Amino acid sequence: MRTPGATRQAMPIPGSPSAARISVDAAGWIRAARDLADAGGCLLSLWATRPSSTASAMVRAAVLIDGRALLLELSIADLALSYPSLREIFPSAGRMQRAAFDLLDIRSDDADQRPWLRHSDEGYAFIRVEGEGVHEIPVGPVHAGIIEPGHFRFSTVGEKVLRLEQRLGYVHKGIEWRFEQMSLLEGHRLAARVSGDSAVAYSWAYCQALEGLAGVTPPPRALWLRALCLELERLQNHLGDLGALGNDAGFAFGLTQFSRLKELLTRAIEAALGRRYLMDTIVPGGMASDLRESGEGPLANCVASIAQAAMKLRGIYDDHGGVRDRFAGAGCVEPILARRLGLIGLAGRASGQAFDLRSDGAWAPYDELAPVKIAREEGDVAARVAVRFDELQESCRLIGQILGMLPPGPWLDPVGIPYGQALAIGLIEGWRGPVMIALESGPNGTIRRCHPQDPSWQNWPVLEHAIIGNIVPDFPLINKSFNLSYSGHDL
Amino acid sequence: MLKTLYTIASIGIVSEPVPPTDVSLRLREALQSEILDVLGRALCIRHVDAGSCNGCELEIHALNNPIYNLEGQGIRFVASPRHADLLLVTGPVSVNMAEALRRTYDATPDPKLVVAVGDCGCTGGIFGENYASLGRVSNVIPVDVVVPGCPPSPEQLMQGILTAIST
Repeated sequence: MRTPGATRQAMPIPGSPSAARISVDAAGWIRAARDLADAGGCLLSLWATRPSSTASAMVRAAVLIDGRALLLELSIADLALSYPSLREIFPSAGRMQRAAFDLLDIRSDDADQRPWLRHSDEGYAFIRVEGEGVHEIPVGPVHAGIIEPGHFRFSTVGEKVLRLEQRLGYVHKGIEWRFEQMSLLEGHRLAARVSGDSAVAYSWAYCQALEGLAGVTPPPRALWLRALCLELERLQNHLGDLGALGNDAGFAFGLTQFSRLKELLTRAIEAALGRRYLMDTIVPGGMASDLRESGEGPLANCVASIAQAAMKLRGIYDDHGGVRDRFAGAGCVEPILARRLGLIGLAGRASGQAFDLRSDGAWAPYDELAPVKIAREEGDVAARVAVRFDELQESCRLIGQILGMLPPGPWLDPVGIPYGQALAIGLIEGWRGPVMIALESGPNGTIRRCHPQDPSWQNWPVLEHAIIGNIVPDFPLINKSFNLSYSGHDL
Repeated sequence: MLKTLYTIASIGIVSEPVPPTDVSLRLREALQSEILDVLGRALCIRHVDAGSCNGCELEIHALNNPIYNLEGQGIRFVASPRHADLLLVTGPVSVNMAEALRRTYDATPDPKLVVAVGDCGCTGGIFGENYASLGRVSNVIPVDVVVPGCPPSPEQLMQGILTAIST
């Protein structure tokens, strides 16, 4: 694989050690994107920034390549003109470009200009499938379960799905606008609530960016405690998903057992860190509090017993003919399609896209922990279940390792207000996939712009492909096997 | 099969007692006795996410685990508002969800109860009101009981739900 020219000219950015930037013109924007895609890069994010008194409007694309995030920056001198669409090169750019127009009136030259996050009373132009026996099933936004809202439009023949089109944006609540009303030192609280199931990943990414702007590094103990929180969050979510997946396959026993394990873990987390879910635990400069000595041993024991119990439950899932039958072959995304569409994170790793920032990037303390990367090639529900089982074991191992090696010393070194005006990137591998925060500081400790990026942006469109040819009743199971965030996507 | 049965038998019943009710959570005394005449303590809940960050949903899910075992109290989640007695609403209400929330409320048969969940559902929370958010749930539909917290614990959620159906 050759190194694209763009990566050699890139300049480092504060925040994540893996991020770098390069300015391009409109022709260079397309050329660099194509070079990076040819070299195995996938789109991490695309977002716009409106002009200020000192800078012109800008559109940025972050491409993940070899564990690094390379930012292409295109200045837009005249807002009446459009910038070149990247959708032909990176299919996932389409919705991001539509969202950028909805939020900031900065337009790409793409053929699809339908609104995405901004809904209007005029309705939405779904793409119709026509032919004998084809009918449409509209579902949502309110779904039949304890889930977030979104609309799915199935075109089916009998029970077989010919096409699924999603319409999202129902929980769009102005998060990026809200960031700009906050000071740099309070934004981590909002970041933790971009997608509540990834609170640790987002608040760490935000703090990593902020600490980059301030030019400080948190004490070693704080970084190790953050990694502990990140693995606990992964474990909580994987336990929840493995139970729900069993339930969706008609095996309620799985939900009962895994939800019990999740509750035991959640209680152990509360005893050790003071909260059941770790919102507001990671703060600028370190941690909101230290690990409680009284909770440390019970947490280690709890995690060890979960690893054992999960191993036994995996055996029960594997032996259960009905569960096996529902999992195997359902919602298949072949590696070649995953590669073309830019599937990332956990779902990507189940379809041969073996990217994991914890192994590929070099950030403390994962450079010392050496996590084992889990990946499979099959791309079906069974593979996404297997990746969760394997990652669950690896997270349990990492938690044990972190608790054993936790460096002594302070867990917080408060950050002063960064006065410079600059861009920083935070980049963390959350349980669902890479989570990015692009943070631009304004004057006097204000936030000029903050763009959070959830891996759900890339993976939602792939779900439309995963369901093709499957039957409607398998959709809940296939959807759950991806378990994508609506809030993290709708912002 | 034997392993499944052995696991069920060896873990046994792990459900815990329910928390007491708390009338201070109640916003209004809407037809309390009439509702109880109809419902008794068998209650069907429809959850509506009107814009949450999905944090509250994690704890609502926990109500169904064997430790909180809400269903053991005769209270269960249903798939349609037409089958529901109580709406459990999370989130600041996003502009894009307001219509769906109003329709869900209208589709729920009378007499009905609404419990607003989480700091966002109670006050608008960290998101507040802006071009895309209408803030608290009571800005859009009538609310009987509020359960603050970010997210509220399963005990707090149970307390709020049980308060809604207590006299």
